[in-house]
Amino acid sequence: MDWGVVLSNLLHDTIVFSTALIFAALGGMYSERSGVVNIALEGMMVIGAFTGAVVTYFAQDTFGGLAPWIGFLGACIAGAIFAAPHAVASITFRADQVVSGVALNFLAVGLSVYLTKIIFHGAGQTTTLQQVFGKWHIPLLSDIPILGHAIFEGYPTSYIAFALVAFSWYLLFKTSFGLRLRAVGEHPRAADTVGINVKRMRYTAVLISGALAAMGGATISLTTTSNFSHNTVSGQGFIALAALIFGKWHPMGAMGAALFFGVAQAIKSLVQIFGLTKYVPTEVIFMLPYVLTILVLAGVVGRSSAPAALGKVYETGSR
Amino acid sequence: MNRVIAIFTKESFLVPVAAIILGLLTGAIAMLAGGFNPVKAYASLIEKVFGNAYNFGETIRQITPLIFTGLSVAFAFRTGLFNIGAEGQFIIGMIASTAVGISVDLPWYLHAPLAVLAGGLAGGLWGAIAGWLKAARGVNEVITTIMLNWIALYFANYILKAFYVAEGQQRSDMIKDSASISFAWLSQMFDSARLHWGTLLAVLAAVFFYVLLWKTKSGFELRAVGLNPNASEYAGMNVNRNVVNAMFVGGMFAGIGGACEILGVFHYQSIMAAQPGYGFDGIAVALIGGNTPLGVVLGAILFGILTFGAAGMKFGAGVPVELIRVVISSVIFFVAAHGIVKFFIKPIWKKKEGGH
Repeated sequence: MDWGVVLSNLLHDTIVFSTALIFAALGGMYSERSGVVNIALEGMMVIGAFTGAVVTYFAQDTFGGLAPWIGFLGACIAGAIFAAPHAVASITFRADQVVSGVALNFLAVGLSVYLTKIIFHGAGQTTTLQQVFGKWHIPLLSDIPILGHAIFEGYPTSYIAFALVAFSWYLLFKTSFGLRLRAVGEHPRAADTVGINVKRMRYTAVLISGALAAMGGATISLTTTSNFSHNTVSGQGFIALAALIFGKWHPMGAMGAALFFGVAQAIKSLVQIFGLTKYVPTEVIFMLPYVLTILVLAGVVGRSSAPAALGKVYETGSR
Repeated sequence: MNRVIAIFTKESFLVPVAAIILGLLTGAIAMLAGGFNPVKAYASLIEKVFGNAYNFGETIRQITPLIFTGLSVAFAFRTGLFNIGAEGQFIIGMIASTAVGISVDLPWYLHAPLAVLAGGLAGGLWGAIAGWLKAARGVNEVITTIMLNWIALYFANYILKAFYVAEGQQRSDMIKDSASISFAWLSQMFDSARLHWGTLLAVLAAVFFYVLLWKTKSGFELRAVGLNPNASEYAGMNVNRNVVNAMFVGGMFAGIGGACEILGVFHYQSIMAAQPGYGFDGIAVALIGGNTPLGVVLGAILFGILTFGAAGMKFGAGVPVELIRVVISSVIFFVAAHGIVKFFIKPIWKKKEGGH
């Protein structure tokens, strides 16, 4: 067995599996940093996976190789639209943010499969897409042994995700927008006092959240699965939520956690290939991200601190 | 008579009813957008549920687990906790009762109760994990219960594969007949719809919920902690213990619900590809029911009718069954955002008052 090849494949798969999680965890970060709980990440990913697949399906005959990009953009817009009810309910109408999120998770699966059946004449999944994202082979760099295949032969979505991590870090910690976003999530009253529009800030954050999470969903349907069905996302939104918490609501941390959960998934396929399931049941690997999240939260593996005003409704002018 | 009118015009009653109507309207709009006839679809839904004895019996079967998970969520809610984990507690109840149902050899009058009890206990302990994490380590129960749902799913599958499933099989052996809680003669009356004693247990559970919370000292403590943990602490109540207890009782309800599905309906457990969904529906049921036992039973009846009747909509009007998820999620959404509902009923309300 060539361990170099194994390692290279493992790294490669890790990045592929992590990409969707990075998008969604970043999305969750914007919303929760502004003080709005977002357990609807799963639903937002579902809407993204669905819209990405459907838009690409209708665009592929006319636009060819450009179609997945149009689908990806469509998913981004649909995600923001889908997040709007959550923003309206939890910011304007002071609804319980958890319940509203639960409702959206429900709605996403129901609505997307309902629409799929209408568009594809009763079929529970979209027709396999002819045009999906191809892998980019970065010249020269992809010739590097081991790392070349692992890092420089990836889907364009992966590079976008990593760029967004850097961008989000910059935005959050180096710009006044980021300062305001964090202020609104930590101490809305103080933010209000200095003239920051708390509600508008939170609206913006929740819509960004929906757009990013949906891009994560579209990543799945436009790279690995090439179609959309009810189990395309299957719980990855919840893993992204776990990654966000594991990563302490920090873009780099969230990326690190997403990569870690990506490794768990990559090992899973590796374990199956090498017939190691006799020693490590796949279920144990499936459970790992969730168990670790609980351990992190319980303070066994480092402490995690949420934005102070997370989940708290803010009334303008209240004290 | 005035008291009756007062109940039906109270906000706690109007908001859920308005939310249900808005939910059904949302569903109707989605159907119109898809080119279906909503009137025909809803009529077929009702026809499916009440059209014949078998389907009516099966609707009751569908309602039963919803009562259990609804009670589970509502009970935790009464003590200020958000139990998103009824799903996981339900699954753990299923696997525990499967284990007892298959592995234990006892006469029926001991075996069946033991299997139900095992499900309740296991579900209760699963809920108590989240309660303990909240009490001892201050971890938010919303996140832990979501994580525990997934852990429960894979854990149950692991136990099944390790002990109860033959190579290549996707389900366990049948439980022993002595563990079955099927209600044979009632089943026959309903054209062999899968009716079982669990339905009676569900109603008893609702009564237990009421008596425990409103007629006992520990119930008073649980409610007090839910209303104001700081004041309760000051009054000498052990808030942490109450949190664990509440999650245990809530988990127990869901666990018994899971046990009844195995012992009364299927008599075996399958390897699950996804969450069964009763726990999530339980959240909706509890919300609609205003977290009261009677409300939960009524909410479960509504959701049972909707989910079972969805197949009728497909048959009668060609509407994909997933549409009912749109209706249910809209109802949850409108109950959560009751501000929106009030926004809708306010004009009607004002007009009525003006007329007097």
